[in-house]
Amino acid sequence: MKYAVEANDLTVAYHKKPVLWDIDLEIPSGVLMAIVGPNGAGKSTLIKTMLNMIKPVTGETRFWGEAYEKQRKNIGYVPQRGSVDWDFPTNVLDVVTMGTYGELGWFKRAGKKEKEKAIKALEKVDMLPFADRQISQLSGGQQQRVFLARALVQNADIYFMDEPFQGVDAKTEKAIINLLRELRSMRKTVVVVHHDLQTVEEYFDWVTLLNKVIIASGPAEKVFNEENLMKAYKSKVDKLFS
Amino acid sequence: MSLINIFSDYTLRTVALGSALLGAISGVIGTYTVLRKQSLVGDAVSHAALPGIGIAFLLTGSKNIEWLLLGAFISGWLSLYIVNSIIKNSKVKYDSALGMILSVFFGLGLVILTYIQKIPDSNQAGLEGFLFGQASTLLKRDVIVMSIVGGAIIIIIALLWKEFKLLSFDPEFCQVSGFPKEKLDLILTTLIVIAIVTGLQTVGVVLMSDMIIAPAVSARQWTDKLSVMVILSSIFGGLSGVIGTIISSSTRNLPTGPVIVVIISAISIISLFIAPGRGIIWRRMRDKKNKKRLNRNIILNSIYNLNIEGNRIQGYSLEDLSISKGDFNFPINTIEKELEKLETLDLVKGKDEKWYITEKGINEIEDFRGRLEE
Repeated sequence: MKYAVEANDLTVAYHKKPVLWDIDLEIPSGVLMAIVGPNGAGKSTLIKTMLNMIKPVTGETRFWGEAYEKQRKNIGYVPQRGSVDWDFPTNVLDVVTMGTYGELGWFKRAGKKEKEKAIKALEKVDMLPFADRQISQLSGGQQQRVFLARALVQNADIYFMDEPFQGVDAKTEKAIINLLRELRSMRKTVVVVHHDLQTVEEYFDWVTLLNKVIIASGPAEKVFNEENLMKAYKSKVDKLFS
Repeated sequence: MSLINIFSDYTLRTVALGSALLGAISGVIGTYTVLRKQSLVGDAVSHAALPGIGIAFLLTGSKNIEWLLLGAFISGWLSLYIVNSIIKNSKVKYDSALGMILSVFFGLGLVILTYIQKIPDSNQAGLEGFLFGQASTLLKRDVIVMSIVGGAIIIIIALLWKEFKLLSFDPEFCQVSGFPKEKLDLILTTLIVIAIVTGLQTVGVVLMSDMIIAPAVSARQWTDKLSVMVILSSIFGGLSGVIGTIISSSTRNLPTGPVIVVIISAISIISLFIAPGRGIIWRRMRDKKNKKRLNRNIILNSIYNLNIEGNRIQGYSLEDLSISKGDFNFPINTIEKELEKLETLDLVKGKDEKWYITEKGINEIEDFRGRLEE
C-alpha cells in the first residue's frame, strides 16, 4: 500500500530543545485521522513540519512517495483560526479566493474562474449569503467555515486541519464533520489536530496519539484505548500530583 | 513668504512636490507595515538610519545626498537584520529587540554627529538637519529620484499584489501556497527601508515613523478593502505633505517636516473619531443604541422567565418585575418607561396595573436567545 504521508525520523527542536522526537508516521490514503495529545505535545508543530513550514533537525516527509514541493498543489491546509487577524480589511469571498493563489502561481491575478470556485466552496460550507461580509463581522464558527471553504478551493487530495473544532458552535461542528465525511467519501485523506477526546471515536477512523513522540498510531478501534491515552497524557498527570 | 507666492515660487513647488511624493510613498508602504503589526519597525529603521548618515559623511567627506542616503539605507537595513538575529537566538521579544536597537543606533548616530561637528573645517553644517528634516534643501534632482523610487515601489506592489496581501493576512497559508514567506518578507522590508530613507531629508529620523504609521491608520478607518486602503493612505500622506509645506512656508521659521507630521496626525485623529463604522463617535452611538435594546430585552426576558417559572401566562406588576430583576437595579420608572415602549411594539400588554407578555414578545425573546446561541 502506498501511503499518503510518510514521515521518517522527524526531530524538531526549538531553541535546541526537542519538541518532536524521532517521529515515524504513516498515514494511509483515504483515512480521516485525528492527531491527539496533551497541550504542548507538538501536534501543530508536527503538521507544520510535515508541510515544510518548520524545518526539522532531522528527517523528512514524503507525500505519495514524493517530496513536499512536488506534491504541494495536492495538499490543503486549514490553519488555526486564531493565527490571523480577523480585522484585516477584506471580505469573505476574497479570503476564500486566496485558496486559488497557489494554483495561480506568481504574479497572476485571480479572475472570474477563481471567484466561481470560491463561490462553490462557500456554498458547500453554507456561507454563501456571507460572501460580501467583512470578515471582522463573523462569529468564530463562521470564521472556521470560511477557512474550510478556502481549503476546499485548493482542491487537494489531502487536507491538514489545525484544530478546526476549537471553540465553534454546534452548528459549525456538525457542518465540519459532514464535510470531513464527504471528503472521505471522495477518497481524500484528512488529518485533523483534535482536542476533544470524547468525539475521537465518533468522528475519526484513524488516530495518532502524540506527546513529543508517537505513542501510537493506527485504526481508532485498535489504538484509541485507555492504555495509550494514559501513556500520552501521563506526564501531565504525573506533574499534577507530584 | 506670502501665500500668493506658493504656486509661482519654484523652490516651494519643488519642496511641495517632494513632500507629496514622500507622503504618498510612505502611505502605500505604511499600509503593509500597519496591517502586519510592525508599526515599530518604521520607528526603529528611521532612528537607526542616523549613524549610517554620519558614517557615510565620514567615509566620503561629502554631503552628497545620494551617499548619505545610501549610508542611511545600509544602517537601517542592518538594524532590522540585527533585530531578527536577536529574536532568533535569544528569548528577547520582538518589540523589546526593536526598542533596544532603536536606541543603540540612534545613540550611536548622535555620538557620530557630535564628533563630526568637532572636526575642524569639516563642512559639517547641515547634517543635524536629518534629525527633524530640512525640506528646504530638496532639489529638483531629489524630487526626480523620489518619483523613480515611488514608481518602482508601486510597480512592485502591483506585481506582487496578491502575494503581499496573503503574506500580510495569513503568512502560514502564504507559505503553503508556494510563496516563500522569507523572500516576500525580505522584499517588503526592503521597500519599507527605502520608503523611510526617502523621507529622511524632509521629515527627519525622529518623526519619519509617523509618516509610515499615521496615513495607514487613518485610511483603515474609512475602508474595509485593502486596495482602497492603499490608495487612501497614499492620498492622506501626499495631502499632508502639500498642506504641511504650504503652511510652513507661509509662516516664518516654521519647520516643514514637523508641520507635515502635525497635519497627518490631525488627519488620523479626525479619522479615529468620525469615520463611520470604526470611528469612536460612531461606536459610542451604536453602544447607546445597543444599550437601549439591551435594557428592553432584559425586561422582556424577566417577564418571560417569570412566566416559565409560573408555568402559565400571567400578569406582573411593576413591583414583581423590579424584585425579580433586583440584581440589575433598574429604577422603577425606567422599567415603566421601557414597558411602555415594549407595549408600542406589541411585545407586552398592560392591563389593570399588570403587564403581560404577548405571543409576539415570546417569539421575540426566544429569537433573541436563539441568535445568541448561534
